[in-house]
Amino acid sequence: MMSDLNKLTIAEARDALRKGDVTSVELTEACLSAIDAADALGAFVHKTPEIAMDRAKAADARIKAGDAPDMCGIPVGIKDLFCTEGVPSQAASKILEGFKPEYESTVSGQLRDAGAVMLGKLNMDEFAMGSSNETSTYGNAVNPWRAGNSDAALTPGGSSGGSAAAVSADLCLAATGTDTGGSIRQPAAFTGTVGLKPTYGRCSRWGIVAFASSLDQAGPMTKTVRDAAIMGAAMMGHDPKDSTSADLPVPDFEALLTGDIKGKVIGIPAEYRMDGMPEEIEKLWSEGTAMLKDAGAEIRDISLPHTKYALPAYYVIAPAEASSNLARYDGVRFGYRAKLAQGDGITEMYEKTRAEGFGDEVKRRVMVGTYVLSAGFYDAYYNRARKVRALIKRDFDEVFHEGVDAILTPATPSAAFELGQDVSDPVQMYLNDVFTVTVNLAGLPGVAVPTGIDRNGLPLGLQLIGRPWEEAELLNTAYALESAAGFVEKPARWW
Amino acid sequence: MLDLTYETPKAKTIAGAKHDWELVIGMEVHAQVATRAKLFSGASTQFGAEPNSNVAFVDAGMPGMLPVINEACVAQAVRTGLGLKAQIHLTSAFDRKNYFYPDLPQGYQISQLYHPIVGEGEVLVEMGDGTARTVRIERIHLEQDAGKSIHDMDPALSFVDLNRTGVALMEIVSRPDIRGPEEAAAYLLKLRQIMLYLGTCDGNMQNGNLRADVNVSVCLPGAYERYQETQDFSHLGTRCEIKNMNSTRFIQQAIEVEARRQIAILEAGGEIVQETRLYDVEKGETRSMRSKEEAHDYRYFPDPDLLPLEIEQAWVDHIAANLPELPDAKKARFMGDFGLADYDASVLTADLAAAAYFEAVAAKTNGKLAANWVINELFGRLKKDERSIADSPVSPDQLASLIALIEADTISGKIAKDVFEISYTTGRSPEEIVETEGLKQVTDTGEIEAAVDEIIAANPEQVEKAKQNPKLAGWFVGQVMKATGGKANPKAVNELVAQKLANS
Repeated sequence: MMSDLNKLTIAEARDALRKGDVTSVELTEACLSAIDAADALGAFVHKTPEIAMDRAKAADARIKAGDAPDMCGIPVGIKDLFCTEGVPSQAASKILEGFKPEYESTVSGQLRDAGAVMLGKLNMDEFAMGSSNETSTYGNAVNPWRAGNSDAALTPGGSSGGSAAAVSADLCLAATGTDTGGSIRQPAAFTGTVGLKPTYGRCSRWGIVAFASSLDQAGPMTKTVRDAAIMGAAMMGHDPKDSTSADLPVPDFEALLTGDIKGKVIGIPAEYRMDGMPEEIEKLWSEGTAMLKDAGAEIRDISLPHTKYALPAYYVIAPAEASSNLARYDGVRFGYRAKLAQGDGITEMYEKTRAEGFGDEVKRRVMVGTYVLSAGFYDAYYNRARKVRALIKRDFDEVFHEGVDAILTPATPSAAFELGQDVSDPVQMYLNDVFTVTVNLAGLPGVAVPTGIDRNGLPLGLQLIGRPWEEAELLNTAYALESAAGFVEKPARWW
Repeated sequence: MLDLTYETPKAKTIAGAKHDWELVIGMEVHAQVATRAKLFSGASTQFGAEPNSNVAFVDAGMPGMLPVINEACVAQAVRTGLGLKAQIHLTSAFDRKNYFYPDLPQGYQISQLYHPIVGEGEVLVEMGDGTARTVRIERIHLEQDAGKSIHDMDPALSFVDLNRTGVALMEIVSRPDIRGPEEAAAYLLKLRQIMLYLGTCDGNMQNGNLRADVNVSVCLPGAYERYQETQDFSHLGTRCEIKNMNSTRFIQQAIEVEARRQIAILEAGGEIVQETRLYDVEKGETRSMRSKEEAHDYRYFPDPDLLPLEIEQAWVDHIAANLPELPDAKKARFMGDFGLADYDASVLTADLAAAAYFEAVAAKTNGKLAANWVINELFGRLKKDERSIADSPVSPDQLASLIALIEADTISGKIAKDVFEISYTTGRSPEEIVETEGLKQVTDTGEIEAAVDEIIAANPEQVEKAKQNPKLAGWFVGQVMKATGGKANPKAVNELVAQKLANS
């Protein structure tokens, strides 16, 4: 039997499963014991070993029968934002305490139907609101990476922090994430993993707890670009249950990974060169640029002039939608309901339930969102933000129209920071999304690829932004970048 | 086709202490769309099901659930728009109206504030006295209904039934073109009639499937005309909205009461506060629903779960080409083709089944006679039994043959009523009744003549009197009819009596 099965990539495991070198049960057992040994990481918040073993056995039977899609028998973790049938699905919020949906989200359902093995639910920021996984009702997940010789606990990023930590620490072969403003790409960059946010409309949102409906998009978080191609294809596809889902065929991304990017035009946007950007990020970016150039791409300086308005626009639109999306958590039908005093009526039930059930960051965004939509402020905030959004999208449309195939930017303004560092300063926390929110506002595909290590030994990532619906080409460029960067470091185990 | 043209009715005026006041009324009519499934879910719209049995996950606001538009609801809204001669918007969009209530599980109602599916149209509202008003429609939008909160089943708890949650409603918004309580009722009934013709709403007001919010204001004579000239609302008074009315009787009462309340305030030097009010049927008064501080800020914004709704002109054209004949057209046709009076045509087109019945009768006989028989005899008899036209024991064919018997002088109108009654109670055919019961009219002048001669011979005194006073001839006619069991042709009897009296 092979050793360290949990450390395999999806592609390696798939090939070994098909050759009969390993079984899904063995893979699953390896992951389950790695998970049990990693409670200190706080990555898994609901473990589902029985479901995992049942699905592993079923997958083995399917593989034996020769009817095995790529994801068949692959142990994965599912972000807590996805509704999973009969399994707690809380969006890391107290307000969904005890909620076990009677339905399975389309994306996790597609993975299940493809034979993937769910190991459990993964930690995240509450309702996907946060960039450090610190707003979770379960307590934060911890980054498996540590800086130098420091024992300080670092954030795995957010909101898909549990997913990133679990993949990085080899607790699973891959995980699902969701990305509203950078929630896949930032944690991937903080943990040396690959995170793909597909074009808005590629993955069905049905059954995923909504944060900001016009921005939310599910995607794979994996160890390699090839794995992102394999798992991404299994997650995408048209879903008539989601009106915003695109009725477009999903290509075989893996088959299109040639690494050949000769003649492709890579745009380097001037506006992403921020004041006070750490030198290491600057260096990482120019090194990445050089790698793509060496691989035969044409590098072109481009301008995305409305970039600086993206973050403020995002922090109007996302809270506005959230304030409405989260209205359903009222204690009436499911989840947490506050204990009421004698004489309390419906208003008290709402107020107490929501005061006790939501964390501070969620309350902050619900209040901001309510404010920007309220009479007299709608035009000044929400409508203006929508106009800015249209301009940001136009910036991208124009550069793509002028022949740019992909855009290279840093994924994050820094490496993973210490837990607790920015908790009391929401605006500082929001700045984490500065390179990623534009992509959500424009509905584009983006991928974070680990390309370097900072002086403290922490992973750093670059982001590639592609044309809408052209994930195949984007992944191929990411594959070329990944191959050139040759990032192989893994966190030293301390947990 | 005949053009329906009417005088405009006079605005209702209420005498104040110093001068008269006029009423200005606009209505928002909520019509439940007649479809099997809800606006954004596949759950059934069946009325009267077990509480909370017609509820999809999305209706219950479960996490992660998403709305998907039901095409049938869109088609019904378009059909309704076309029926109101309204503009159909090929692109419309859905917005969220946010507020908290337990019968609103999502915490927002999906509606169409900014881009409704139907734009401006109009409705001809006949008042039955030869006048009619054209009421302009501002818009029709699609939206979700809320569920039902039940507060009186338990002293401490409230219950919620989500069966109605998410059922599609059309909100039909009028311009402030309605000028009195009767017009308001007639407007609502006309909308109901049109939607029943179109099959887009079942019109059941008792179940709340058709209800209205009524906006009422008062103004001085002349002010309304200035508004109509300029469309400047500042010429009108401040309005109050009376919510959720589902009876035309109460709508009329509420408007009257609300107008008088406003007049009293204005005449005392006060100001009307724009607000929503409820009509208390028992107390016969309107009262404020909520103060300004409690007023909702609905925070409307485009629903990000739904793309703009785009429909094709060809699809609209297809619906338009398949619209049924509408009330105004049918009425005009009845007047033109059958020579009916406006009133009779109105009565016969009030209801599709009645119109169809009439047409089936009229097709086989005289239209005017058919209208008289359907309206006076059949409707009267059905009303007495509280039966609907669909349950009429007399079929259109039977009624037509009855009328044919009259026209052929086979029976008299009087005998026909008896035959009708027998046919109504037994279902037997008029021909057979006439035959079997020997009710055929005697048109044989010989037989009638004999009877006349006999009665003249037996009553010489009466003959003398009748010679002085020809009006007394009627007495002889009555005697002859009596002697022939009512079967004698009255025309023949009249002629013979007159002739014989003159010659005797």
